[in-house]
Amino acid sequence: MRIAVIDYDVGNVRSILSAFDNQGVHALLTNDKKKILESDGVILPGVGAFKHGMDNLNKYGLVGTIKEYIETGKPFMGICLGMQMLFEESEEFGNTMGLGLISGKVIKLPTKDIDNEKLPHVSWNELNGDESLWLGTILEGINNGSDMYFVHSFVVQPDNESDVLSTTEYSGSNFCSSVKKGRVYGCQFHPEKSGKDGLNIIKNFINICGQ
Amino acid sequence: MKKVRVIARIDVKNEFAIKGIHLEGLRKVGDPNTMALDYYNNEIDEIVFMDAVAAYYDRNSLSDLIQRACIGVFIPITVGGGIRTIDDIKNALKSGADKVAINTRAVQDPSFITQSSKIFGAQCIVSSIEAKAVEEGKWEVYTDNGREPTGKDVVEWAKSVEKLGAGEIMLTSIDQEGTKRGFDINLYQHVANNVSIPIIASGGMGKSGDAVELIKNANVDAIAIASTLHYRIESIQNIKRTLVENKIKVRL
Repeated sequence: MRIAVIDYDVGNVRSILSAFDNQGVHALLTNDKKKILESDGVILPGVGAFKHGMDNLNKYGLVGTIKEYIETGKPFMGICLGMQMLFEESEEFGNTMGLGLISGKVIKLPTKDIDNEKLPHVSWNELNGDESLWLGTILEGINNGSDMYFVHSFVVQPDNESDVLSTTEYSGSNFCSSVKKGRVYGCQFHPEKSGKDGLNIIKNFINICGQ
Repeated sequence: MKKVRVIARIDVKNEFAIKGIHLEGLRKVGDPNTMALDYYNNEIDEIVFMDAVAAYYDRNSLSDLIQRACIGVFIPITVGGGIRTIDDIKNALKSGADKVAINTRAVQDPSFITQSSKIFGAQCIVSSIEAKAVEEGKWEVYTDNGREPTGKDVVEWAKSVEKLGAGEIMLTSIDQEGTKRGFDINLYQHVANNVSIPIIASGGMGKSGDAVELIKNANVDAIAIASTLHYRIESIQNIKRTLVENKIKVRL
């Protein structure tokens, strides 16, 4: 199986590679268009600012490649910023256009609880959703209420409720913590940093890529 | 209510994990990678590696260590000690760290926090602050692992680093560090009341009750534990259980 992790100089990718190794699949870190398109599964990682991420995807000429890959219908997963960039636009540092693959935008996490309003949201936090809808997805076998590791200040706001796979509550807001549109997945949390449950998500993604 | 993160802090000198008292009199306590794996397998939430002598000797030697530690450890890793340049941060992140803790360099050049926060994102930049009490309700900022006084007031400096772009503060009480006599609750209250970024409390924990006492009285987001874990005084499970029994939310 060929898994590509897109290399565009944004954040820590070593842990993602290690997580795949841990699940018995060697993932290739690459920004080579051909290698990405030939893969059975692609991961778009990323931490940091939305604009910086999009700028770097453009710098490496990867925007078209990602869209072309997704059109093939093969599995794709964006992690953290990599998930946010799947959307149409972000309000971080003024409006920036995203990849526009999922309808909706990226907004600052609305904090409502005045005793608990710290941003960035750096914490383990619970995934909530309907476990029966998680069957066959990256969340298969994960229990409702499981803790994942989050570190972010912005969240995605999908236009279509049907794209939401799980939600998470922070400071009085229920935000979308993972998405699924066809075989395109995104998670706001870091599966590669979320202990054994996180590794199960990587395992599920590998299984989806093998189907 | 948020979940309080329970962090293992592993101070490192050369290839050994070490532990001192008041950040001095360092003793070897084990192999950092073995310890990190053991804590990960026992459900620690995060690991902080601090190079205890890096700032002093003007070096940064953790890359190799982090690379090894990353294999098999799938939780967030923060690395500190001797981070002085943008390249040092890049190397740390490439080696598998998620965040870097910056102290000495930030005090020398506060704009370094802003610069690194813009490049890597605030979530990546932890401002490490070493505090020593000077009088009732007042603390001075120290650098170089508790060796150098700076004349800066801790509360004012904490407010500054937030404005400069730090995403978290790891606040170490030099007075309590390694003593196992409990946290300096007053210090964390003062700082927590003046900043809105997450605070990691480090220094002084000797038993899980100390953490309960701190969290009930100061709005901290995480506790960093060293001696209690390294000397196997209490297990991670036991610490988390005590927190839960006291109605403090943690990851289980």
